[in-house]
Amino acid sequence: MARVELTSNLARYLDCPAAEAPGDTLREVLDSYFAAYPRSRRYILDDQGGLQRHMIAFVGDRPAKDRLRLSDPVAEGQTVFIFQALSGG
Amino acid sequence: MSARLLVGTRKGLFLLEQAPQGRTSWRIARTAFLGDPVTSVLAIPGTDRFYAALDHGHFGVKLHRSDDVGEHWEEIEAPAYPPKPDDVEDLDPFSQQPIPWTLKRIWALAVAPPDGLWCGTMPGGLFRTTNGHSGWDLVRPLWDSPARRKWAGGGSDWPGIHSVLVDPRDPAQVTVGVSTGGVWATPNGGLTWEPRTDGMWAAYVPPELVHAPTAQDAHYVVQCPAAPDTLWCQHHNGVFRSVDRGRRWEEIKDIRPSSFGFAVAVHPRDPNTAWFVPAIKDEQRIPADGRLVVTRSRDGGASFEILHKGLPQEHAYDLVYRHALDVDSSGETLAFGSTTGGLWTSADGGDSWEEISAHLPPIYCVRFS
Repeated sequence: MARVELTSNLARYLDCPAAEAPGDTLREVLDSYFAAYPRSRRYILDDQGGLQRHMIAFVGDRPAKDRLRLSDPVAEGQTVFIFQALSGG
Repeated sequence: MSARLLVGTRKGLFLLEQAPQGRTSWRIARTAFLGDPVTSVLAIPGTDRFYAALDHGHFGVKLHRSDDVGEHWEEIEAPAYPPKPDDVEDLDPFSQQPIPWTLKRIWALAVAPPDGLWCGTMPGGLFRTTNGHSGWDLVRPLWDSPARRKWAGGGSDWPGIHSVLVDPRDPAQVTVGVSTGGVWATPNGGLTWEPRTDGMWAAYVPPELVHAPTAQDAHYVVQCPAAPDTLWCQHHNGVFRSVDRGRRWEEIKDIRPSSFGFAVAVHPRDPNTAWFVPAIKDEQRIPADGRLVVTRSRDGGASFEILHKGLPQEHAYDLVYRHALDVDSSGETLAFGSTTGGLWTSADGGDSWEEISAHLPPIYCVRFS
């Protein structure tokens, strides 16, 4: 079981609390989370299923390397953090 | 009193002069590069020489020089990155996109005494020329350091050096600020570098990285010319001050209306006096309650005043970028420009402001000559 924590900035738009989510890869963990909070999917992933351009996923303290297929492994007990690289004025 | 004000915008460079008579105390005396983004400007003190960096988009990044206070301009050589070795994997840690070893933006220009320049750029290269403008050299020790590979584009696609501070007592002592990548200092003109972020923290990374030097998004860093050990930093999640040239930073908390922003200016002689232009953090980036204000501390950050006389106090959505606030050598005359094309000046240290224009192009940088 992994844990998913999302930037508080997303709370302006939708209900997306931190939650436990099973899975062995970033894709599996996020899919588990999206099953519980379906609206959050399209705020984090684009229409091709990759990370939105200015979203960043960390697995533990490492930024996800595979931003398209989300194949980065997630170990038992690890936390997936979803942040946004805020941009512009 | 400053004679001239350079305003770089998304649609050209505007050169303002003080007007003895007229509707406003500053007037646009001439323009240059109309239609082209001007990302950085530099006036060489005591001379008629200006530099202006342009980002043509399709046609690349260019550098121009004027030797007659902006009447005529000549394109000069811009910095160039070396070829990227085939065996080097250099990925932006956030986007995982390959860092292009190519000049994407000139973001900072500073004098490298006696007659050279420093140039901070995106995607993170620091360049130096020792002879006026010819022969740019990439500062390899910083570019090749493992820490540089952890710099990331946050607000932009690529990381960039936006602050280059040259110690007036010893020009070999240089401090640079990076978004996102922290604060770095060299004691020897660029041969070796060390992080200067102790005391900073980052609110937007996993807990293990909160204090990592490369995680610190130092939006802008300034150095008091008369007391160069004092630095002020407008950081992504707060305001920090150092009295030992960045070896230790103290966070200044509870600044009203906000401690979020990009720009900071420090008084040229009084290291305890600094100005900021705050905005609602950080996903909205508009003035709190639609009221445009400047905050000023005169006691090293122990307290702040909110300055608003002459500034729009309802439905103002002006954001001020990091290079778009400046104070002149007197410490009394200030200017700032906004993303919505507003330009204001003050002749009394910020106590009151005068609107010079409300309809310039989006303003990137404001500098007194």
